[in-house]
Amino acid sequence: MHSLTVILQALPYILQGTAVTVAAVALALGMGLAFGVPFAMAQVYGHPLLKKLVALYVWFFRGVPILVLLFLFYGFFISIEFMVDPFLISCLVMGCTSTAYQSQIFRGAIESLPSGQMKAARALGMRDSQAIATIILPQAMRLSIPGWANEFSILLKDSAVCYVLGTQDIMARTAAVAARTHEHLALYATTGVIYFILTIIVLKLLHNLETRMQIPGYSTGAGFDSGAMA
Amino acid sequence: MISSESNETILQVRHISKTLGDKKILTDCSLDMKKGELKVLIGPSGAGKSTLLQCINCLIMPDEGEIILQGAKLYMQSKKELCAYRTKVGMIFQDFNLFDHLNAIDNVAIALCKVKGIDKKTAHGRAMQELERVGLDSKARLYPAQLSGGQKQRVAIARALAMDPTVILLDEPTSALDPELVGEVLNVIRELSRAGMTMIMATHQMEFARAVANEIVFMEKGVIIEHGTPAELLAEGAKTRTRDFCTTLLSMESGADV
Repeated sequence: MHSLTVILQALPYILQGTAVTVAAVALALGMGLAFGVPFAMAQVYGHPLLKKLVALYVWFFRGVPILVLLFLFYGFFISIEFMVDPFLISCLVMGCTSTAYQSQIFRGAIESLPSGQMKAARALGMRDSQAIATIILPQAMRLSIPGWANEFSILLKDSAVCYVLGTQDIMARTAAVAARTHEHLALYATTGVIYFILTIIVLKLLHNLETRMQIPGYSTGAGFDSGAMA
Repeated sequence: MISSESNETILQVRHISKTLGDKKILTDCSLDMKKGELKVLIGPSGAGKSTLLQCINCLIMPDEGEIILQGAKLYMQSKKELCAYRTKVGMIFQDFNLFDHLNAIDNVAIALCKVKGIDKKTAHGRAMQELERVGLDSKARLYPAQLSGGQKQRVAIARALAMDPTVILLDEPTSALDPELVGEVLNVIRELSRAGMTMIMATHQMEFARAVANEIVFMEKGVIIEHGTPAELLAEGAKTRTRDFCTTLLSMESGADV
């Protein structure tokens, strides 16, 4: 009975952290999208030197744990005596990491398109930039949605480690209440459910987007085949 | 035949060579296209027909040689010039290469909008005309995955025509089609030829070549071995590589039926 009271009392406080978590993940995903697409294009179409640089970037951010990166960035800002809000450092670290992962999602999608698409666009007199913008990316982005949904769900859960810097997210608030009340089991179960619900909602939205963006006639195996109705 | 009425050469392909890795794909290939002419490229697979066509469109950059369209030599290093050139030299691919995320009418219209800067409404009007020309106006809203192979290739032809090309290159346009769909595509090409379109077509359709081509060009191992009218090259008793090749093709076909 005591557990339930603690949860009910703490819930509004913890739920306020949801806004922080969602904002951090949204910013990081947005940054990953904004940089991941050009990074992917650089890796596919870019100058060999540019390809190397992007590969190096991806190699670094895929190779180092987020927790380590958080302290690394934090330490860096301290060493240059530049005060940055922990929330922003968290966003930056997650954004950089997500850029690395997302660039590989988009690269995979671009490279999975038949080479004939680019050839046909060029044969019509399109510049490469036009061909990429109007022919390659619209198809590659569709193919990226499942991988992107995966990236979202991983990032949302990874965001929990940002509490180590003092970001007031769901995790940090749960930890604070748990330390005070010693109701670890009940509180973390509740927090687990909050993350779970957030994940399910967004994955459902992304799945809807995937279905809506589906090209008629192609079956993704995700729903009913709407094609072949000529 | 329009070609016999006009002798104006509109496309000259001169001394094209191409090496990929250490393999010489094309050696000193030259072609002259007269206005309204239909040339057919024949030869065993691996002869370099497809590479030659793609070199003519600079989708594959030739190592040597020059291309002269309507008297103007193409400066291949200039991207701007290349883009302008490609709008005048249409290309039809063996595997269609329709843009999978666009329906038939947008496939035809997109380059009009993006390359020629025509507004969407006008472009759609023009696209519809071209789809009518290939008999597919009723399929305008369907996506490539909803079309048969023959229909896809006809949309691809409409897409090339919409750009008002001076020459169209066709790279084995019927080779990826089921046998019963070959006819509808060949009919469209025949109609285009009658209407005076200048075309170079790589194909294995010997009957079509015999009936419609103004000239047959026979290639083997990256070299143009011989060229001439179908009547010359395929005449009974003619000692030509083209005729040997056709005999082999025919015997293989009849052999496969047994």
